[in-house]
Amino acid sequence: MLDTSPMIEVRDLTKHYPGRIAVDGISFRVGRGEIVGFLGPNGAGKSTTMRILSSFMPATSGTVKIAGYDVFHEPDEVRRRIGYMPENNPLHLDMRVRDYLKFRARLKGLGFGASRNRVDCVIDQCGLRDVSKRIIGQLSKGYKQRVGLADALVHEPDLIILDEPTIGLDPHQIRAVRALIKDLGKNHTVLLSTHILSEVEMTCSRVLILNQGQILADDRVEDLENRFSQDSRVVAEIAATVESVRDTLRDLPEIESFDISAAAGDYLRVSVSARGGIDLRPLIWELARQQGWALRELTRTRQSLEDIFIHLTRRQKGQGR
Amino acid sequence: MGVFFALVRRELGIAFNALTGYVVVSFSLLLAGGGLMDLMVRLNSDRTDAPITEMFFSEGLIFWLILILMTPVITMRSFAAEKALGTYESLMTAPVGDWQVVLAKFTGAFLFFLLSWLPMFGVLLGLRQVSGQAEFLDPLALSGSLLGIAFVGGTYLSAGLFASSLTRSQIIAAMTSLLIGIGVWASSLRPDTGASSERWGRILDHISVTHHMVDFARGMIDGRAVVFHLSVTIFFLFLTHRVVEMRRWK
Repeated sequence: MLDTSPMIEVRDLTKHYPGRIAVDGISFRVGRGEIVGFLGPNGAGKSTTMRILSSFMPATSGTVKIAGYDVFHEPDEVRRRIGYMPENNPLHLDMRVRDYLKFRARLKGLGFGASRNRVDCVIDQCGLRDVSKRIIGQLSKGYKQRVGLADALVHEPDLIILDEPTIGLDPHQIRAVRALIKDLGKNHTVLLSTHILSEVEMTCSRVLILNQGQILADDRVEDLENRFSQDSRVVAEIAATVESVRDTLRDLPEIESFDISAAAGDYLRVSVSARGGIDLRPLIWELARQQGWALRELTRTRQSLEDIFIHLTRRQKGQGR
Repeated sequence: MGVFFALVRRELGIAFNALTGYVVVSFSLLLAGGGLMDLMVRLNSDRTDAPITEMFFSEGLIFWLILILMTPVITMRSFAAEKALGTYESLMTAPVGDWQVVLAKFTGAFLFFLLSWLPMFGVLLGLRQVSGQAEFLDPLALSGSLLGIAFVGGTYLSAGLFASSLTRSQIIAAMTSLLIGIGVWASSLRPDTGASSERWGRILDHISVTHHMVDFARGMIDGRAVVFHLSVTIFFLFLTHRVVEMRRWK
């Protein structure tokens, strides 16, 4: 019965710190096997929520269940089922990689033999074979991050919670860590927080946008982009006279507004906004065919997650005023 | 139990991975050397019937100097460093109990403390070797001294652990436990003014750590002293546990 319950179930979660509200009555569910991105600016309440989920600190009110277990009343059950990598990835810098992972495995209740097997397993999984005998403090940041991930994985948790896993890494390391996270998503449920939007686009199937302690959006990444693409524009590069393009577009009821500028060669760059969120590309194509215009580009500019994020957070600020 | 041993091993590992452990041991070795010289001077100047352990552990200031300075250095990092580094968060989100953490940290500190006294005993054994007298070192007095060190040390270490649990700064933790340590020691140094009533004097004697240590060093194991030190140790460990628990559920 437990297997059908959602991996994470948060209801009306609130956390007050003296003088401010960090998390303000949020509710969400995460199903098994999802990779969910927690997106928000610094101070949005991401880390606080993750700390509550991992039962490090209590909530002021609300309930959180991990795999059906309440984080307030059954913290040990919850801790056994999650692998949590806190913000800034704290590690014992004086230990060697293998010793550290073994120590963590033992802490998480693995027996002597089991911990050795699992440590070997995660060392391979996280690409730590070459550095397994080195002291953690002497490793590069990318390797340290992998050690943190290996630690989160070592007891084979159902749920992996990663607080800003790629912060401070160089582009190569970011790529490697992201690939690793994507790989983890095959066998685990992953909740990761970030303020880097492209990270969510690349690794997550679903995104929760958090700002000022509230959830502004909770959707699949594509659905969110589609939903906010209603005022999308189509850009076309057409070889025709300005007058003929202007006259043709002006008469169409589907078009709300358009803008024409000169492009390289004999082409015009025409940017058209649709009315009612329809996709204008077939219409423009048809027009070009009818009018005998040469067409060399036809693109729909969808809103990126970044635009959506800015739009949502700005709207919230506006409402706040 | 596996979790507890893993934690204790880690605590001991920290002491010997980092320089701190070696510094503490060298420091106590250095002071033991000073204590030895002091002892030689006193043995040469007066004839005495007092056991050598008593002269070494209670009459001289060296023992208290080592104890008061060493225990804060051992315990200051226990909780404070983990909090400052952030590893406290990964520790407390692993399926370990609060008591397990507190007791493991105490046990680790305690074992290291006992280890760092070995040079002291080495000095005494060496002295016996040199003097060539078997009765020079009474086994009863020696084991009494060891027990005394363990009981008094437990009291000081638990206070240090408590101080470390209160803060994320190792300096503040060390200063707090140093103050507690000096306070406990100083309260034992009762000047014989005769002004205080007999009753109060007796009560102060009961809780006087220097008195306890004199008895232990003579090979006298006083049950009241044992109970006193055990209770204070348990009390500070209990307070530490409360602090750990409070942080988790605040």
